[in-house]
Amino acid sequence: MRAVLHAEWTKLRTVRGWVVALAVAAAAVVGLGLLTGGQGSCGRNGPQSECVLPVGPGGQEVTDHFTFVHRSLTGDGSITVRLNGLTGVLPRKPGLGGPPDSTGPQVAEGGAGDGQPGLAPWAKGGLIIKDGTRAGSTYAAIMLTGAHGVRMQHDYVHDQAGPPAPADTPRWLRLTRAGQTITGEESPDGTAWTTVAAVRLSGLPATTQVGTFATSPQFTWILGGGRGVGGAMGGPSEVTAMFDDLAGPGTGAGASWSRTVVGGDAPSQPEQLGASWRVTGSGDIAPAVSGISGIGTTVSQTLAGTFAGLILVVVVATMTMTAEYRRGMIRTTVAAVPRRGRILLAKATIIGAVTFGLGVGAAAVVIFVGRRVLRANGVYLHPATTGTEVRLVVGTGLLLAGAAVLALGLGALLRRGLTAVVAGIVVIVLPYLLAMTVLPPEPAKWLLRVTPAAAFAVQQSAVSYPQVDHFPIPVNGYFPLPPWAGLAVLAGWATLVLGLAGFSLRRRDV
Amino acid sequence: MRRALHAEWTKLRTTPGMVLLLLSVVAATVGISMLAAAATDCPGGICAVDITKVSLTGVQLGQAVVAVLAVQILGAEYGTGMIHVSLAAVPRRLTVLTAKALVLTAVVTAAAIAGVAGSLVAGNRLLPLTVTDTTVLRAAFGSVLYLVLIGLLALGVTAAVRTPATAAGLVLGLLYVFPIVGLAATDPDFRRHLDQIAPMTAGLAIQSTTGLDDLVISPWRGLAVLGAWAAAALLAGGLLIRLRDA
Repeated sequence: MRAVLHAEWTKLRTVRGWVVALAVAAAAVVGLGLLTGGQGSCGRNGPQSECVLPVGPGGQEVTDHFTFVHRSLTGDGSITVRLNGLTGVLPRKPGLGGPPDSTGPQVAEGGAGDGQPGLAPWAKGGLIIKDGTRAGSTYAAIMLTGAHGVRMQHDYVHDQAGPPAPADTPRWLRLTRAGQTITGEESPDGTAWTTVAAVRLSGLPATTQVGTFATSPQFTWILGGGRGVGGAMGGPSEVTAMFDDLAGPGTGAGASWSRTVVGGDAPSQPEQLGASWRVTGSGDIAPAVSGISGIGTTVSQTLAGTFAGLILVVVVATMTMTAEYRRGMIRTTVAAVPRRGRILLAKATIIGAVTFGLGVGAAAVVIFVGRRVLRANGVYLHPATTGTEVRLVVGTGLLLAGAAVLALGLGALLRRGLTAVVAGIVVIVLPYLLAMTVLPPEPAKWLLRVTPAAAFAVQQSAVSYPQVDHFPIPVNGYFPLPPWAGLAVLAGWATLVLGLAGFSLRRRDV
Repeated sequence: MRRALHAEWTKLRTTPGMVLLLLSVVAATVGISMLAAAATDCPGGICAVDITKVSLTGVQLGQAVVAVLAVQILGAEYGTGMIHVSLAAVPRRLTVLTAKALVLTAVVTAAAIAGVAGSLVAGNRLLPLTVTDTTVLRAAFGSVLYLVLIGLLALGVTAAVRTPATAAGLVLGLLYVFPIVGLAATDPDFRRHLDQIAPMTAGLAIQSTTGLDDLVISPWRGLAVLGAWAAAALLAGGLLIRLRDA
């Protein structure tokens, strides 16, 4: 086997065109990756122009924008309120028909303006305990939502469902602090209480701000058979929560409540109407996700050049097999190594290893060096963990290697370079292209589940959260399969085709 | 020229697999178009997408088969050494290339008409598409021209690089990589310019029937961009065929 590997390595190394093509593939991954970033304006117009999102306790970027009626609480304590239903304003629906399918939040500044009545599914109103009024600080909240019932959320990314509850009927809510533990309870009538969740906030100081809040995320109307950006229109929405029977720390006579719009200075003002409060808010308390028109780019987008590299890799990998048929070299090869399966295995090992190294090298350069170039150009890049970046680099290498082995298998199976190259490109690149451009989300997701193009999931760095309505569809950088599962689909195809190729190579004449 | 044409026609007619490839152009175009049309729903007869464009989605796969066909009719000659015979028989090399281009145009036109017509029928059945609209007819006629131009582009590239596999890789790369890089581009100006010069994105502008004011390039001008790519490829291929050894 060592001799076979050495022979195949020599064959690959000594064909100048292939070596050049592989070098160009690596250069294309790097070059196109840097080229697509373009220019931005972040940090280029003085110290005030940096693009910064608040960062939550978990280190991730968050949206923290809500209307807060609060007072301070030192030590342990409890606050109870009757939430008398939510009402809201949505952006005006565009002229076309069809019910709304989904919604999407952005950082909303200000209210909904002249909209139409309605509630965003993740409009929120309830009780919150928070470390001060700084955007991005640790918190826990129990809330009634527009369409998702009672929820207990804390520290932006954590969400626990309570019982379903309509948004237009009264609901009693209670938050209790005991040490670092915050317990959220809810009740339909104010007497029978159920605990929704008890969470630990490790970073909570002794003195906190507690009170009522209201906020409502960006709302997007999906038009008909929406295809991402093309069929969606939206804007900020607004929610108004009516609170009464507020019972909390120092609610006795003379106790005063402060009003703050956390994360902004929008004009919405809470009103006190006798014993009840009307709190109107717009925004969200949630992890920031890259959405339809989110700022900046993810580090994944610097890997756009993978496609150009991939096409070259497919061509070279196919030709390592078909060139032998074309030149009659295959007879010499088979005479030298009569066990034909070994030939195929050796070729797959060599081309797989070479393209893996090439992909890892190119992706590492794009991500670790290109990132700085992009930042220097003023492009806002969403932070990604080191683990994610390593996954992107190794994944890109595996993606190229998998595609190369698949192409090699196609070459051995079809024996004609032309057909094999076209088949390779059509099954890997075309599904991705169709999914990203013309197809509606559902068939697009289906394509990215079953075709070898599923492997591009390994390049996803955007994180999706169920408690945020954004569009987790391919066009927005969200793949239907988890990263390694997507890669496994490609590996499955490559194994299948290579197996078939080995089978037919043994069966037929050369 | 007539005899060169006749020779090329005979070669095309008698090469095994050519008929299958032509049928594949039709099948791929109609098949993908049908799937795309079936996957699109228009609640209340109002569609958010350009249904003409959706009905003609199959052209995006059909073009790959057209490219194979075009690469095949010249590339296979280099593969088998037949090119030596062809050039010995017709020493004026540009005549050989022209004859191939004409024969290719004829067969691709026929296959494209069948594929596009089938796609429109499917669109008419599955979506509220009126096939007699002038804009729809323009999109359909343009799609046929588009496929022919893709064939000529592929022929020119093959003449330049000679190896079929490399030629196919180059052509498909030229078609598919531009739009993907465009998708990832964050700079809107860069993306717009990319879409304006990309053979596939610009060429497929001919299929647009709604939102014409928002297109990065107008339909006919977009097709002209593809025409320029095809002309450049044929020019380069013709020059190289003339200048170098077979």
